[in-house]
Amino acid sequence: MAQTLFDKVWNRHVVVAETETNPATLYIDLHLIHEVTSPQAFTELKTRGLKVRRPDRTLATIDHSTPTRINADGSRPYVTPQAETQVETLLANTKAHGIETHGWDSDNRGIVHVMGPELGATQPGMTIVCGDSHTSTHGAFGAIAFGIGTTQVGHVLANQCLLMPKPKTMAINVNGKLPNGVTPKDVILHIIAEIGIGGGTGYALEYRGNVFEEMSMQGRMTVCNMSIEAGARCGMVAPDQTTFDYIEGRKFAPENFEAACEDWLSLCTDDGAIFDKEVNIRAEDIKPMVTYGTHPGMGISIDSLIPTAQSDADQAALDYMQMTSGEKIAGTKVDKVFIGSCTNSRLEDLRAAAEIFRGRKVANGVTTIIVPGSVITKYQAEEEGLDKIFIAAGAEWREAGCSMCLGMNGDIGAPGDLVVSTSNRNFMGRQGPGVRTVLASPETAAATAITGVITDPRKMGAAA
Amino acid sequence: MSFEPLKQVTSKTLVLPATNIDTDQIMPAKFLSMTTKAGLGEHVFANLRYHADGTKTDHDLNSPEGQASQILVAGHNFAGGGKSIEHVIAGLMGAGIQSVFATSFARLQFRNAINYGLPFVTCQDIDKDCSTGDILEYNPDNGDIKNITTGKTFNTLPAAPFVAEVGAAGGLMNFVRDKIAKGEAIG
Repeated sequence: MAQTLFDKVWNRHVVVAETETNPATLYIDLHLIHEVTSPQAFTELKTRGLKVRRPDRTLATIDHSTPTRINADGSRPYVTPQAETQVETLLANTKAHGIETHGWDSDNRGIVHVMGPELGATQPGMTIVCGDSHTSTHGAFGAIAFGIGTTQVGHVLANQCLLMPKPKTMAINVNGKLPNGVTPKDVILHIIAEIGIGGGTGYALEYRGNVFEEMSMQGRMTVCNMSIEAGARCGMVAPDQTTFDYIEGRKFAPENFEAACEDWLSLCTDDGAIFDKEVNIRAEDIKPMVTYGTHPGMGISIDSLIPTAQSDADQAALDYMQMTSGEKIAGTKVDKVFIGSCTNSRLEDLRAAAEIFRGRKVANGVTTIIVPGSVITKYQAEEEGLDKIFIAAGAEWREAGCSMCLGMNGDIGAPGDLVVSTSNRNFMGRQGPGVRTVLASPETAAATAITGVITDPRKMGAAA
Repeated sequence: MSFEPLKQVTSKTLVLPATNIDTDQIMPAKFLSMTTKAGLGEHVFANLRYHADGTKTDHDLNSPEGQASQILVAGHNFAGGGKSIEHVIAGLMGAGIQSVFATSFARLQFRNAINYGLPFVTCQDIDKDCSTGDILEYNPDNGDIKNITTGKTFNTLPAAPFVAEVGAAGGLMNFVRDKIAKGEAIG
């Protein structure tokens, strides 16, 4: 019977099949852990006298609570002693259990969803979990990857399996030619605006069509990253030569690489396979996108007017954002710009932003911070001289981490600030109490930093 | 906090009338760097319960009735906002909450609540027909919620067998360990 990509990967990992009453038991190939959602799980193991079953299938890093600045004396300005304890607890736990950890001394330290792919640990056909909802990022490689809670982190540590009901499948078909200046971030914001923040609930998404086939791995990661923002369990792209070229030569790439690629090529949706749902989107209809409200589904093209509220909740969102229906969103004054996060902190994102910053200056009073996704990404950007472009423009070039995406490490805005952010969530107060967040691509964020108002990057022209 | 088997709950009730009470309201982000479950109960709804200067607000949560409530009632999309962190559930349980009834719940935290053995029960109109201070009785076997103060009964769907079994075991960890100890398959 014709199968979807999701079905093929799922079936390879079923230990005990799902029944009418009980979820399936699924084998997990790769478990990524970080400091926020793992300490209580390790405590649970200790209380119960359990060991980590497969330390060799577990990888750790520190990202959420880590400072993105270094003091003059080399010390790290943690936001609270508690944040430092959290990081130290992760390092102690992984050391005690023999888990490979990319801590302060590793060039691979960084946002957990940047680290996995950079190490080549993220591979097609895998099941990948992490105590973090943006684990869906790894689906870009044709893996089933999803976020789990701390109790489940404890489970996977203890037995490398997870109980899970099988989600339904949904194809998101985007075909045609993307207009110039439209980025992967715009594509996913368009998709979420179209299907809604609950549109993917209960589904595993497969992104299909020539737009994704032609997209780089970094772009595919940006798209899959935000699958969760549509409520989906995970999002996937079928592996192809682009995927293989990315993985080849990385630390965890399979030894017999050709044989692995041959197997991975079989991980595609068969002709005639039936999805539970299909959504068709014309690439030509997608424009650069920004959000105007307080969830990622409240997105519009940057050249459009702020919509009229359809409900009390919509109006409350507009009130919080201090946005007025019927006015243009472009031209809205901003206070801060953040370029980073597991959505948009990879080398391509930084290059795209640098192209706009090159030879220009950040507008007066607009604090702009650029946070690479990993130490390696930082070094690569510096080799290309991107850091010099950012600094010359008046932006801050920081150390790797999650930073202002959720502000756990103290990188936050001031109450009332409007922040244009390349991250994934624009909830009330996420980037600090009272902070208003507008989600956008690195290109739009950079153009906005230059002008000080929300700006369509296609209108920037050549630098002076 | 201990993982107790799911049982009948009878308690005073605290009603939070708002919809979309998100995880940031239940457990503000600054407490997410805590590495133990102990003490999280003190921080539940911290921004509703305390002024910026640390003094208590006059929110119902601080009233004697709020303090005595083991049942929380809310509207749509309780515990929404996308975060998967369990500090939210551990905090509610740490504060003595034994059941939450709402007109709907966010999925990630609904799953976490199952894994902790904390009943998250979906019940239409529960927020309209209960007041803070009412005494409610929840029977997990048949799903009935009885408002003893007003005499009104709400029928909810009893938990699915798997969920009920996890609840009866006192959370997912206990459930799986029991199964393994007995040599039973989980599926």
